[in-house]
Amino acid sequence: MNGHALSGVIAGGARFIAGVNATWHDPKPLPKQTVFLANHTSHLDFVVLWASLPRELRARTRPVAAQDYWDHGMKKFLAVDVFNAILVPRHRDGVASAERANDTIDRIAREMGDAYSIIIFPEGTRGDGEEVARFKSGLYYLCQRKPGIQLVPVYMENLNRILPKGEFAPVPFISRVTFGSPTRYDAPGGSQSESKEVFLTRMRDAVLALRQP
Amino acid sequence: MIARIAAMDHALLLACGGILVLLAIASAVGLTLRAVQKTPSPTIDNLNQRINAWWAMCLVFGLTLVVGPTGSLVLFGLLSFLALREYVTLIQTRRADHRTLFWTFFLFTPLQYYLLSIKWTGFFIVIPVYAFLFIPATMALAGDTKSFLERAAKIQWGLMICVYCLSYAPALLLLQIHDGYGPDAKLLLYLVIVCQLNDVLQYVFGKLFGRRKIAPTVSPNKTWEGFVGGTLSATAIGAALWWLTPFTPAISAVVALIITLLGFAGGLVMSAIKRDRGVKDFGAIIQGHGGILDRMDSVIFAAPVFFHIVRFFYGL
Repeated sequence: MNGHALSGVIAGGARFIAGVNATWHDPKPLPKQTVFLANHTSHLDFVVLWASLPRELRARTRPVAAQDYWDHGMKKFLAVDVFNAILVPRHRDGVASAERANDTIDRIAREMGDAYSIIIFPEGTRGDGEEVARFKSGLYYLCQRKPGIQLVPVYMENLNRILPKGEFAPVPFISRVTFGSPTRYDAPGGSQSESKEVFLTRMRDAVLALRQP
Repeated sequence: MIARIAAMDHALLLACGGILVLLAIASAVGLTLRAVQKTPSPTIDNLNQRINAWWAMCLVFGLTLVVGPTGSLVLFGLLSFLALREYVTLIQTRRADHRTLFWTFFLFTPLQYYLLSIKWTGFFIVIPVYAFLFIPATMALAGDTKSFLERAAKIQWGLMICVYCLSYAPALLLLQIHDGYGPDAKLLLYLVIVCQLNDVLQYVFGKLFGRRKIAPTVSPNKTWEGFVGGTLSATAIGAALWWLTPFTPAISAVVALIITLLGFAGGLVMSAIKRDRGVKDFGAIIQGHGGILDRMDSVIFAAPVFFHIVRFFYGL
């Protein structure tokens, strides 16, 4: 079975296991290059978000994943052949440098080209499902690199209950994936003046606004 | 498939034929109402959605009856699984409940239906005894004491409702009854017909004549008119279906009355839970009806009692 055929099976399986209810605030977007940015609580987040997309978007949407984790064996097959992931290095030595960040953003922008959409989790790490952490600045730099790119905030609910951090066996819950209205960097004014902090806070608020009361 | 249908007994075929006629009439009424309505009405849209879903549900249920007990056990096993998923999604669980929940889904639910499939009467006790002790024990091991008793009780209750009680419906297929009345699909069909028609008739009588609310704080849709009209007519239908059962017509009326009362209680209890959690439905899996629990609430309450009545008075 090739990766492409398998991806349809995986999408169906993921929707079934996670009982996904996907809702879109706006009509489903045309296949236009998009950055989907979502809250992160579970290893299942990416596959469930991806499976909730219409098929024609799925084929053109790539996850951004950690190279060291996905770079060998079966995981590599899944990441590369099935999900066509953009693998980026992760630096665990604690040395964060502008140069390294730049390299990563460069790689993502290059891999996206003019065609591919991506799924990112700007919190950078999985949360507990209660709080959504501050967004890391990669999203901001990516928007600098790709001006005018469409940003779609996504809120994912109950994935942390299905497969929380530190567990390896899933429990079935009905999950909800809510796609918000598209926005852009500096959407309100249009003068490219939004500061990093303001922009990242606005994006985080846009994700949080999709949370059901 | 054809051979299997041909081998089903006449009473069963007659009942299935009756259901098809009923569905056809319902569709005709629904479509007529839609054609003659002056302004688009959400009630009529919902009615048509419900009728279409009824076709699908009857088709799935009918097919599993044709396949035999295994088909019904698989169907109800799946319904239990989906119902339990709706239930745990609605209640508040904590991170520490994860492994306990895992065992309720992947050990106790399949085990209950497996025991039924091998006709071992251990299915009576696995959840009320073993799961009942297993759940708090594993939760204590998980170490989170916040609202401990409440959490353990909620999980046990969900398992009892969604798995234990519901599994009594397909258990009817395995019940040995004297007087040459073979264990087959007719009792299950009888239970499901009386329960579901009672729901439908209470809804119809309520929509047509409903004035006085029966439990306003729990469900604004349940009225005395709907309750009385539905109960009486479903009881009459139950009596008229005595030939599906080992009962006489009079006894069939009494049993059908018990089923309708329990079905009503089930609907009321589930409404109370939904009201408390501030939702309208348990899910959205069945178009126009909501979730599995919204549709099966009456069967869940009626099945165990019906099973034990039949077993006590007619069982071998």
